[in-house]
Amino acid sequence: MPSPSAAVTASLAPVFEPGFFSSGPVHVALAVGGIVAIVSAAVGVFTVIRGQSFAGHSLADIGTAGGSAAVWAGVSTIFGLVAFNVVAAGVMELIGIRRPRGRDLATGIVLGASLGLAALFLYEDTISSSTTGATVTVLFGSIFTLAPGTTTIVAVLGAVSIALLALLYRPLLLSSLSYDLAAARGIPVRLVGGGFLLALALAVSLSAVTIGAILSTALLIGPAAVAERLTRRPARAIAVAAAVGIGSVWIGTLIAYDSTVWLGGESLPVSFCIVGLVFVAYLASGLIARALPERRLERRPGARDALALPEVD
Amino acid sequence: MFAGYLVNTWEAATIVAVVAGVAGFFIVLRGAAFAAHALPNGAFAGAAGATLIGANTILGLGVFSLAGAALIAALGRRARQDVATALTIVVMLASGDLFLSRTSEYAPAIFALLFGEVLGISSGQVVPTAAIAAVCVAAVLVLYRPLLLSSVAPDLAEAQGIDTRFMDLAFLVVIALVTTMAVPVVGSLLIFSLLIGPPAAARAFTDRPPVALGLSVVLALLSVWVSIAASFETNLPIGFFVGATGAVWYLAGHVRTAWAGHARHPEPARARRAARTPRG
Repeated sequence: MPSPSAAVTASLAPVFEPGFFSSGPVHVALAVGGIVAIVSAAVGVFTVIRGQSFAGHSLADIGTAGGSAAVWAGVSTIFGLVAFNVVAAGVMELIGIRRPRGRDLATGIVLGASLGLAALFLYEDTISSSTTGATVTVLFGSIFTLAPGTTTIVAVLGAVSIALLALLYRPLLLSSLSYDLAAARGIPVRLVGGGFLLALALAVSLSAVTIGAILSTALLIGPAAVAERLTRRPARAIAVAAAVGIGSVWIGTLIAYDSTVWLGGESLPVSFCIVGLVFVAYLASGLIARALPERRLERRPGARDALALPEVD
Repeated sequence: MFAGYLVNTWEAATIVAVVAGVAGFFIVLRGAAFAAHALPNGAFAGAAGATLIGANTILGLGVFSLAGAALIAALGRRARQDVATALTIVVMLASGDLFLSRTSEYAPAIFALLFGEVLGISSGQVVPTAAIAAVCVAAVLVLYRPLLLSSVAPDLAEAQGIDTRFMDLAFLVVIALVTTMAVPVVGSLLIFSLLIGPPAAARAFTDRPPVALGLSVVLALLSVWVSIAASFETNLPIGFFVGATGAVWYLAGHVRTAWAGHARHPEPARARRAARTPRG
């Protein structure tokens, strides 16, 4: 008679193709992906509440410049990314803090200038080392090609980002929900905003360097947007977002791994699988939110913020 | 620099700059920078898809950027605009990733799509570029008044019976068309600098919309011409110069605003507090 664990393994065989649990790259992918999903979820909830999705996405793209600069200078990619992103976040904070729209523009300019630098560095990289794959690697990343040591660096940076968030939690929450009220209460709103941008820069750096710019934005905004539709309590939103993020990363990794067998040699890119799951979760959350009774009454008033706010000069 | 084989480059880049100056003016006015980044960046997936099935790159760009515009508008009905845009760009880029994994197209071609190949434009590219450019400019001119009003004062626009939702969608379609036209020339990442830098500076120098629009076009033209010349002389990618000049214009505008604000308001701190709007 087979043991219970063997029976479980056998029944799951059609789901987990052979080698999934013994593959080194899969272990690293699941560990790093899990950490990134949790950090992105926590930072992402605040990013969505504060309407800073553009900054969050921009930092991932700016990371491309940092990554390519690091390749050019021959230093560690993650060092280049963190350095570039922290500086970029500082510049965004310096030049465009006053109005939401000014912030949008400042983000855009920093992004544009960084992309220009990325063009320069990638060009130099391609010329000097003829590693034509560098462009694609930096832009798209791959969760399956991580070095085992990455897990430690990611865990440390993630912990710093989370610690910063925990430190800022209450004032950040208040200043995110009502800037004026927080300012009136004597909260140093600019300092808090700058601190958050730093946490965001760290979180995005570590996700961009490990899973690529696309997944970085997907995991930052997607799960948080799902959570925001399902609950209004910030702590619960972070938990929901983390669950959605981890679920998407792990199931997506599994699908990408299994697809090699299903498609006979070819495979689906892991980024594509994870983004697909995040997007499906987002669409599903809309349906669930409509079924939840307490959400029916509260429509977000600021739903069209980004395109509808008049400029105040 | 003005040799025969570069004539197409100067023509195509000039057309792109004019359209970028016009469309960019409204992008800055409407605070639609994220959409202006997302559509060109995401449409890159369309170009990759087109090479996969052997179709025309411009067709792929057009289909994808229009689909992206529709997706932003559709998601934006139920979510914040920036969240809708972020979700759209990741979905578009992820499909690009899928297409790339299916082609053997190698990195230089991708680099050209991302960062432009303005020095390698064929004469066949100029005509479609000009045609789409004409459509964009015509659309903006036809919609000029309602677009301006719905950008500056949405409430007033609605009171006057202007359908602001339609304006949002129409404007996204214009951005999609600009994308289709400009990506093969200046690349999907750098059209963005051209769309934001010049109009941002122009707005700092004048309050009158037609003047700002004109100035925006002039600055965009300067950006492109300087960038082509510099790229030709130094042999560095044009994207670098486009990104740098965009930032220079913006800084110039910022310095000008700060200086004017200082002259007008003796107590800048109080004025700044008054101008502060709640976030979120």
